[in-house]
Order: sequence, then C-alpha cells, then structure tokens
Amino acid sequence: MSKKVLALTGNDAGAYAMKQINPDVVAAYPITPQTSLMEKFAQYVADGVIDTEMVLVESEHSAMSACVGASCAGARVITATSSQGLALMWEVCYIAASYRLPIVMPVVNRALSGPINIHCDHSDAMGARDSGWIQLWAENVQEIYDNMIQAVRIAEDQDVFLPVMVNYDGFIISNAVENITVYADEDVKKFIGEHKSRYTLLDSKNPVTFGTFDLTDYYFEHRRQEAEGMRNAVRVIPKVAKEFTKVFGREYGLLEGYKLSDAEVAIVALGSTAGTVRAAVDLLRAKNIKAGILKIRVFRPFPEEEILSSLKHLKAIAVLDRADALNAIGGPLYNEIRATLYNKSSIPVVNYIYGLGGRDIGIDDINHVYSDALEIAKTGKIKEKVTYLGVRE
Amino acid sequence: MATKEKKRQPGWKEMPIGGVNPEAGSAMKYNSGTWRTFKPIWSEDKCIQCYMCWIHCPDSSILIKDGKVAGIDYDHCKGCGLCMSVCPPKVQAIKMEKEEK
Repeated sequence: MSKKVLALTGNDAGAYAMKQINPDVVAAYPITPQTSLMEKFAQYVADGVIDTEMVLVESEHSAMSACVGASCAGARVITATSSQGLALMWEVCYIAASYRLPIVMPVVNRALSGPINIHCDHSDAMGARDSGWIQLWAENVQEIYDNMIQAVRIAEDQDVFLPVMVNYDGFIISNAVENITVYADEDVKKFIGEHKSRYTLLDSKNPVTFGTFDLTDYYFEHRRQEAEGMRNAVRVIPKVAKEFTKVFGREYGLLEGYKLSDAEVAIVALGSTAGTVRAAVDLLRAKNIKAGILKIRVFRPFPEEEILSSLKHLKAIAVLDRADALNAIGGPLYNEIRATLYNKSSIPVVNYIYGLGGRDIGIDDINHVYSDALEIAKTGKIKEKVTYLGVRE
Repeated sequence: MATKEKKRQPGWKEMPIGGVNPEAGSAMKYNSGTWRTFKPIWSEDKCIQCYMCWIHCPDSSILIKDGKVAGIDYDHCKGCGLCMSVCPPKVQAIKMEKEEK
C-alpha cells in the first residue's frame, strides 16, 4: 500500500478525502468556515478529476433535502456545513436519520448566532446531538481525513444505516496546515467499497415509498429501530476502526486516553483542545503530577461502558465543554459524563465551559483546571460545579 | 378490498427500517373509508355515464363494471365530495349525505 505526506489544511484534507470517496452526489451551500472545503471539492469536480454530480442549492435546508432525495434514489451522498447552516438543516437532518440514509457530512464547528460570530465552538453540533446522526470528532487534520474515510463505512454498515457528522474545529483545524499522511486513491476506494442501497427510488421494477405517513400505529416502532441502529454503532465504529488500522496503520477507537491508566485526575474533552490538554499533561507529568486526558472521538453514540471503564479509577474529573447547554446545570458533555458515572461511582466531576465564540484556550487555562481537580481529589470538596473558563468577570 | 379483521401489527424487529414501504399499491389494504364525514350517494337512474367523477376521484373510489360507473368503493372513499361537485349540474347523480356511524 502506498502513502504520501501532504501539507494540507483541515478543509483541504476533508476535500481530499471526498475526492477519493468520489461520492455520486454532493449538494452543498457555502458557509464560513466550511467554504474552502467546498471550494476545493468543487474544483476537483470542475477539473473532471471525479464524476460527482455537484448540486448547487440556494440554502442548507435545500442542501440537506437534495441529499435526502439523492440518498433515497440510491446514491452515495456527502454534504458539509457549519453553524447557521447546520441550524437551517435541522429539520431535514432528523428526516435523513429517520429514513436511515447513510449521508456523510463534515461539520466545521462554529458558534451559533447570536450575537453573530464566525469562530469555533461546538454549539452547532450540540444542537443536533439528538437528531439521530452519528458524531465523530477530530482533534487534528489527520483525524479529519481518516474519520471521513471511516465515516462512509460506518454510515453504510447494514446494522447502522445512519448519517454521520465528521466534526472538526472551525479555523483552529479547518484552516491550519499540517503534514498528514494520505493513502492511494485505489486503497481508499477498496476500503470504502461499492455503495449498496437498501432500496432505490430509481428501481421501477421494485417500487418503494419513502416518507410514509407514520401515525400512532407505526412511528414508535420506527423510532425504536433508529435507537437500535445507534446502539449497534457502538460496536460497528470500533470494528471499522480495526479494519482501518489493518489497511492504513493508524489506530482509532471510540475514545482515546492519554496517560490515563495511572492518572489520579483527568480532563475529558472534544476536538482540538485535546491537543492543548495533552501538552499540559506532559508538563504536569514532568513534575510527577498524575494528570491524564480522555478524548471523546465518538459523542454519538455515547459510549457509556467504555467511558466508565476509562474513568472509574480517577479521584477527580473535569469535563471541558465548548458549548453551553443553557440549562442552568452545565454543558452537554459534562451532563452525559455525569450520567455515565451515576450509580457506578462517587468520583467528583466538575465542568468548565470554555472557548465560546472562538475564545482561545491555552496551557495556563488547562493548568488552572488541573490544579482545581487536584484540590478536589485531595479534599473531596467541590467549590464550583460549573466554571466559565476564560470569561471576563 | 380492505381487510376487515383486526390483525396483529408487526413489532419493530419485523418491519423494514426507515419507514420505507416496500410494497407497491398497498393503499388498497388501508381502509380510509373510516375517515368520512359525508358520504356520496350515487344514483344509477340519473347517471349519464360521463365519467367526470371517475376522472376526478383522488382515491380511485368510483367503481367501474363492464365499462360503466357501477357505484362507490366505500372502503376507500374519504368523502371529499369532488365527485358531487364535478357531476354536471343538470344531472346531479351524486348527493352527499351525513355519514351515520
């Protein structure tokens, strides 16, 4: 198998993966910071490098609707968006998932209005967390590329058949250049395989109806099936990752721990911040402080068992949320980590809401979190359950 | 014809996923006649066999036998009244009556 190293931005890496996947249909609408991803991809189409049918629509609502139609027709479909774009797609996202359409969508995470902002936070993806979409989260450019390739296999697995979002931090990763390893076109093509639809609207010999009216007598059963697809994904995602490792060498799981197995305190985080936390952990370890990190690669489905077994030995846990659930009890990741630990442990867990609207987070901020966590581990006392990290008082 | 007996409905593991209906023409099996508030009454004596009702009926509920309008399929007629409104004014072969339940 041949590989090469390319210097790519996150968006270029996403477009490169899309080029290699060569989807049948892409319907998309530009939005910062997703724009350069679609520009790059549209260039591949315009240059005739690939034969994707590119549909330029007038809004994200139409983009996702066109994707739903194309996927029902039996096509392999990709779109991409950010922030307000995802918010505008919202109702159609639920439809894509409930029709069990294996659409793949990079979501270049950006704060939701208002006030209007173009920089990174996770409020867009968190707003769609209950839509039935699988959510993969990338820490860096390499992971965007690798997650895109795996996303196709996960979405199209016969036990799953759910759409997949590939999340990555707007600007921080989407527009930063990294050297990444890319694989040969034919190896990617072989790994993702032929697209096989369960049904296709274009098969006039076997006509089917999508979007049936589903009342009190059937809707509940269809929702139950959808829940099962999401549960199956907990098993399928590591299975796909294992095959990916066998072919391409890089290892992936539902989660990724760093210096976690012997840690006393740990931070749980999503996305690019995991890299900053890793750097902070190295500095603390040099001072013999037993700090670790658990990076959540898969937020939907929420891998409860795996999270529990990764965290149960700790003395204190701090969860970083780059979105506020505005529920008066903490961020979305925090609430689910707490729910996971409930009844199974009495480890104190605290929450730090950080980086809203792209506010930078540095090693000093992370050190502050670890020193709070060490204090909690020592005393068992929580002073502040939810802290807004880096906000001006 | 619509099935009258109450069948056991399928459990979630037995159904095609995604709300797909893989069977063409299955609306025949669904008795939408129960939705009706007003019922069309067709008069064979007055009918001039113009087929206007047959053309317009959205539920294909105008029954044809040997090339002639022969009545109404009450299992599927939802009582929309289109047939009555397209029946020529001088003919008035279809009247709407309040459905007795």
